Amino acid sequence: MVGLAATFGSGAMTNSINDFDGADLFLVIGSNTTSQHPLIGSRIINAVKRGAKLLLIDPREIQLAEFADLHLRHDIGTDVAVLNGIMNVIIEEGLDDKEFVETRTEGFDQLKDVVSKYPPRVVEKISGINSHDLKKAALMYAKADKAMLVYAMGITQHTTGVDNVKTCANLAMLTGHLGRPSTGVNPLRGQNNVQGACDMGALPNVYSGYQPVTDLAVKKKFEDAWGVAALNDKVGLTIIDMMIAAQKGGLKALYVMGENPLMSDPDTSHIEHALSNLDFLVVQDIFLSETAAKADVVLPAASFAEKEGTYTNTERRVQISGKAISSPGLARPDWQIICELSTLAGYPMNYKSPVDIMKDINAVTPSYAGITYERLERGYGLQWPCINEDHPGTPYLHKDKFSKGKGTFIPCEFKPVVEMPDEEYDFMLTTGRIYYQYHTGTMTRRTSILDREAPAALVEINPEDAKKLGIKNNEIVELTSRRGSIKLKAEITKRVPQNVVFSTFHFHESPVNILTSPAYDPIAKIPEYKGCAVKVRRCA
Amino acid sequence: MRRTRTVCPFCGCGCSFYLLSEGDRVTGIEPSPLNPVNKGMLCVKGWNAHEFIHSPERLTTPLIRKHGSLVESTWDEALKVVADRFLDIKKQFGSRALAFLSSAKVTNEENYLFMKMARAAFGTNNVDHCARL
Ligand code: SF4
Repeated sequence: MVGLAATFGSGAMTNSINDFDGADLFLVIGSNTTSQHPLIGSRIINAVKRGAKLLLIDPREIQLAEFADLHLRHDIGTDVAVLNGIMNVIIEEGLDDKEFVETRTEGFDQLKDVVSKYPPRVVEKISGINSHDLKKAALMYAKADKAMLVYAMGITQHTTGVDNVKTCANLAMLTGHLGRPSTGVNPLRGQNNVQGACDMGALPNVYSGYQPVTDLAVKKKFEDAWGVAALNDKVGLTIIDMMIAAQKGGLKALYVMGENPLMSDPDTSHIEHALSNLDFLVVQDIFLSETAAKADVVLPAASFAEKEGTYTNTERRVQISGKAISSPGLARPDWQIICELSTLAGYPMNYKSPVDIMKDINAVTPSYAGITYERLERGYGLQWPCINEDHPGTPYLHKDKFSKGKGTFIPCEFKPVVEMPDEEYDFMLTTGRIYYQYHTGTMTRRTSILDREAPAALVEINPEDAKKLGIKNNEIVELTSRRGSIKLKAEITKRVPQNVVFSTFHFHESPVNILTSPAYDPIAKIPEYKGCAVKVRRCA
Repeated sequence: MRRTRTVCPFCGCGCSFYLLSEGDRVTGIEPSPLNPVNKGMLCVKGWNAHEFIHSPERLTTPLIRKHGSLVESTWDEALKVVADRFLDIKKQFGSRALAFLSSAKVTNEENYLFMKMARAAFGTNNVDHCARL
């Protein structure tokens, strides 16, 4: 999000899910789409079946590889080098969209300087992709009429996550695959309302609609709208800074709504220590998660079926979700709990329903100004920006100009994964999610069919490595990093390249995040889940 | 039987389906045929999205830690403890000692109110959510 906001002025998916049906080419990088976003995965497969091309850049042989016209299996964490190499070829071959670059962008000369350092033979050394394939990929993407670039957490969950995103944006601008239907840079959001949580300002630096807390005019506007004398104009702490502050003792109280950081955060033992160092921890959730079990107060919340509200999907579509049943026992919708608590704390909130709250959102959030319950009930959602009640919503962004005017090329240099394998910790561990489970498993592990299909954590090991280590399929192995070790079952598969092991983070019996690296991207503060060094041993 | 239009809680695609319910029991799921996102389709997660709702492990009452273990309480008591402790800590250490983690699983309205509470009621911008992850 931060990377795209810097280049385009807006951090969201530029195009729409329906655009997948009209694209000629997909460049999918760092997204195991069929597993993480199944319905979008099927859109891509259907498009390939009608003749669209698929260019896949992924170290693992994921399911989409079966449908790919070309699959580049680069070394983990070398995305910037590969994409710079592709741009190098495009410029060398004169395939850049000169008119788009001239009229819509700035900073091309700087980009050219940086990518000139990444000719195919250099990229081959860094990433393991041979020059021939790299050139082929470059020509495929540049020559397509309508190409959609698609990425997910494989791109953002690196210490270089922001650089990865900026580099994707550079490539799309260089070739003019932007601002038209079935093109664009399309980050796929993981959880169902990530986009909405960001849009609503659940971030330390912005109010709803990405309005900065440091901007004095914005501050004044919210003070007036909310009836508060003085709002804080200093940027707050990110989740990672919160954990550090808790460990050091500066942070005393934490309120966690609907999340399970003890399972989802990198370097779990670190987080455990941080949480136990707090004076007061409140967790509001539908289950007694690992984090809730540590809380001083636990508040029972309603599930999605038990409340009304809106969610914003990955293509910026705001949709309504109704209340089907009442909550079990004393559980209450999160919004009601917040209203009561805020009132008790001396700042009364008297919303009668989510409809009321949305009116507030409309009034202070320009991109949501025209998104009313009345309109949502009549149709199938509205895509922001939707600036007034007559606005039809926006299927694709940056049509005639970027949100910030001109798009800025921000070239990035390749930086290796922070914790590279060495003699002792000789494997690269990478993590991700599998089709049947979702995030830390608090919901999916309680769904019997999903748990049956994928009941235990597995670690994928390449057959060559397995042979060397004397590991057989389904045997228990021990993974050890500098931070801890866990045991899990081995799945011997060519899906992973040699010297790499892959596992998931859904299972509390084998919490992979005990191992992962707390190194994080300096700007977005996204932890590096996608690479850390481990050793692998067969358990006797 | 009631039909209620909802949004799948399991990924960012935002597929839409109807929850079928009898009284307070969800009995099934029917994908929305006209929704432009899923056009009548769902993946296996979506088709089973209702099962966890009726899990016997659902939290049904507020809990407060007393003498080391979590014990059942009332809403009035639990909310009062939270408000008092947060206000106390704010008074003693300032609003920078408080932090709020919101959720990529709850609604827009709830995310908005949560950040509004952190900022307007408690005076801190220490608000984030776990979706950086
Ligand atoms: S049905 Fe599947 S693809 Fe659709 S939102 Fe749910 S999890 Fe995602």
